[in-house]
Amino acid sequence: MLAKRSLSGSGLSPRSPSSSQPFLSVSVTDPVKLGNGVQAYISYRVITKTNLPEYRGQEKIVIRRYSDFVWLRDRLAEKFKGIFIPPLPEKSAVEKFRFSAEFIELRRQALDTYVNRVASHPQLQQSEDLRSFLQDDEETMERARSQDGGIFKKKPADLMQIFKDVQSKVSDVVLGKEKPLEEADPEYEKMKRYVFELEDHLAEAQKQAFRLVKRHRELGQALSDFGKAVKLLGDSEGNQLGKAFSDFGSQSEMLSFKLQKEAQDLLMNFEEPLKDYVRAVQSIKATMTDRANAFRQQCELAETAKLREINLEKLIVMRSDKVPEVEIECKELKAESEEATRRFEVIVRLMNEELVRFQEQKTIDMGVTFHDFAKGQAQLANDIANAWRSLLPKLEACSP
Amino acid sequence: MMGYENLEVEEPTNNNNLFPPREEMENLVIDEGPNTQTFISHSDYRSVMSSLAETHHPLAGDDPLSSNSSSKSFRNSSFTEDSFLEPPAYADVVFSPFTEKPISGNGNSSQPTQHLSNSSSEFITIIVSNPQKEQEISNSLVPGGNTYVTYLITTRTNMADYGSSDFSGSAEFSVRRRFRDVVTLADRLADSYRGFLIPPRPDKNVVESQVMQKQEFVEQRRLALEKYLTKLASHPVIKKSEELRVFLQVQGKLPLPSTTDMASRMLDGAVKLPKQLFGESVSAITAQEAVQPAKGGRDLLRIFKELKQSVANDWGGSKPPVVEEDKEFMEKKEKLRDLEQQLSAASQQAEGLVKAQQDIGETMGELGLAFIKLAKFETEEAVYNSQRTRAADAKRVATAAVKASRFYREANAQTVKHLDTLHEYLGLMQAVHTAFADRSNALLTVQTLLSELSSLRSRVEKLEAASSKIFGGDKTRNKKMEELKETIRVTEEAKDCAIKEYERIKENNRNELERLDRERQNDFHNMLKGFVINQVGYAEKIANVWTKVAEETSEYAKDSI
Repeated sequence: MLAKRSLSGSGLSPRSPSSSQPFLSVSVTDPVKLGNGVQAYISYRVITKTNLPEYRGQEKIVIRRYSDFVWLRDRLAEKFKGIFIPPLPEKSAVEKFRFSAEFIELRRQALDTYVNRVASHPQLQQSEDLRSFLQDDEETMERARSQDGGIFKKKPADLMQIFKDVQSKVSDVVLGKEKPLEEADPEYEKMKRYVFELEDHLAEAQKQAFRLVKRHRELGQALSDFGKAVKLLGDSEGNQLGKAFSDFGSQSEMLSFKLQKEAQDLLMNFEEPLKDYVRAVQSIKATMTDRANAFRQQCELAETAKLREINLEKLIVMRSDKVPEVEIECKELKAESEEATRRFEVIVRLMNEELVRFQEQKTIDMGVTFHDFAKGQAQLANDIANAWRSLLPKLEACSP
Repeated sequence: MMGYENLEVEEPTNNNNLFPPREEMENLVIDEGPNTQTFISHSDYRSVMSSLAETHHPLAGDDPLSSNSSSKSFRNSSFTEDSFLEPPAYADVVFSPFTEKPISGNGNSSQPTQHLSNSSSEFITIIVSNPQKEQEISNSLVPGGNTYVTYLITTRTNMADYGSSDFSGSAEFSVRRRFRDVVTLADRLADSYRGFLIPPRPDKNVVESQVMQKQEFVEQRRLALEKYLTKLASHPVIKKSEELRVFLQVQGKLPLPSTTDMASRMLDGAVKLPKQLFGESVSAITAQEAVQPAKGGRDLLRIFKELKQSVANDWGGSKPPVVEEDKEFMEKKEKLRDLEQQLSAASQQAEGLVKAQQDIGETMGELGLAFIKLAKFETEEAVYNSQRTRAADAKRVATAAVKASRFYREANAQTVKHLDTLHEYLGLMQAVHTAFADRSNALLTVQTLLSELSSLRSRVEKLEAASSKIFGGDKTRNKKMEELKETIRVTEEAKDCAIKEYERIKENNRNELERLDRERQNDFHNMLKGFVINQVGYAEKIANVWTKVAEETSEYAKDSI
């Protein structure tokens, strides 16, 4: 799995336990339904194999559930601002599907991908929280999880703000409104617009991919029904023609299976990667929110520090006895402002690196997806051609 | 699956499958060639074929069909990469001959009977066109009156009965008819050809004159009329009928069916009937006429008697003197009932299949479109080369998807034509019911006459018994007896006629059912064959399109990372 999606240039070779190279390999397996009724949930086995010194022991197996993965994601998002955090699969909207085999497998796959992406990211793999996630026993994990209570969650309002910024730029200028706390970087503006538009295109592609899955299923069903009807027709013909009808029915049935199978493959290997791509873009948007917040903070603190400086000068002129106090304040504010500026610049730098990596990784990911898609469709079409072709000699033979 | 890089036609794994059937398909094309002569409106078919051959049909160069030399005569061999245009004419050229339904819109699009059985290369072509609104010349009190639509019916034929106007022995002529005339024709044929499988006529619609104006409805009806008349003209017996000839050839308005005035019909009936059944002024009615099916109004009393008879039959009160003894016939009936059920199911599922194929084609197209837009977007906004690469990959998939979409939909258009056979035969079951009904009615007439004879005879017996007691006889009684004996004689004649008619209809039934079986086997065989060949052809095309993309993206294959 990881071979497909590995990041080039990461420090670790994820699946080569036999070499003396440092490695960290994780797999998410064995979904099991636990609990009863409304409280029921799925637990997964997370198996870690590593030779890294920071980890206790070469192999560790822990049991984790979806909300544990969410915990990890939230902590990473908090501590690694500027990095595009690998996306998690969605919480299921519909109760009915939460425990369907299809859904469980899709989710397991997505979680496996997620953890491996974290483990192979040069910065994220250093995370202490990752180590906790991979190693801590279940009780520790549960405590950690309930403590957090989602304080690290991104507020929807923040995302909306960016969105509004992008959309309303023109109208604001026209209306003469100033937005002082916005970056003036035109390249970054372009990038923001790109990200938003990209999401729209991807969402459309994903929608059509999902429909295509459905169409394959429907065609399979229609072909099966038709084949059965033809077979019945043939039964009353008797003789060779009847046999041809019967064979027709059999081939139809067989092709129906192949269509259903292709539908399943498309769901897992074509639609899901597109969904994953959309999630990745949404993760970028979250980082964009962080950047905007950091920028604002930087501006606000810089402003505050400046004002205090001006105040200080006034006090000095006035020979006020507040001067030492305010001097200290100024120092502190200056330090905070510099810190905020630094934080902002880190995010900018990281984002640029991440963007390059993101584009390269996505080209590989989509390349694989496209290739598998084309292969699957070619195989299906060939199967169809072969199945029907096999009927031709018989049909020739029984010309009335 | 490795080895995509060299996916040219020479690749063994693919070609072993492709060549033998391709040759087979080539041969099949050639075999069918001469027979296209007998296709209806074959000239239209020919012109479509040649225009396809001339059109530029670009497709990616590694289309395996292109390397087959025998297909060159049908193909234009210049190709361009990544074009969105038509797939090669090969598909149309190879696959449509098997539909036995020419591509042109003007010709009929389907018929259950083959033309290949014409021994004397006799042909008849019927085209319905040029619908026009006309005004009813009114005796009605309403100003403006009724409007109706007439159609131009053009016939070309070399059949002897129609005379010929040129040295080739063929004639061409046109008449204008309205739908009501068609209904009349159908009714007359039903009368004259009892026991035959007469193609069902297009439905009447209880239409408002507004609906009649609607172009779509008129076009639908035009097409239906063309199909119907063509089917009539291809029925081995009906094509020679005088009723059909008159309809197709005789200029001017056709006479309306006899008066529809119910009251007068009933009066007519009441007056005529005693003559019909009691033999007075026998010359006014022949036995032939008497054994025609009882129609409303005119044959009131007779209908009543036959009804009484059929009720007696049903309740088994008196065993009918002649029963349907033909076991073979009963079995046949059962079988046909089953066939009808199966046809109905198959017809329904065929529609489901057509819809599913249509849908997948559409969705594939929309997917392609989504990826085209994505590719365009990435290309325009590209900052990094990885974006350009990705856009190029997306475009490849998009192009293939759009092509595949087109193939799905073309394949489906052909599928519709092939599977139409099912719908046609389902429609024909109606004619079978009618033919069987003709037989039952004829039998009923025989039974009624036999009962009548039986009761007449017993009346004579009674009279004889009574009058023998009186010496010299009773004048009135004797007269009555004479009358009765005369009636018996006429009724005997009628009975003989009725039995002949019944036998005739039985024979018609038998022949027609045989013909149905033969033609059905043939048509179903062609249907399956056509369907299968079509599917093979288009599946191959679609496979090629995707194989190319897989090849072009092979660097991403798992094995090579």
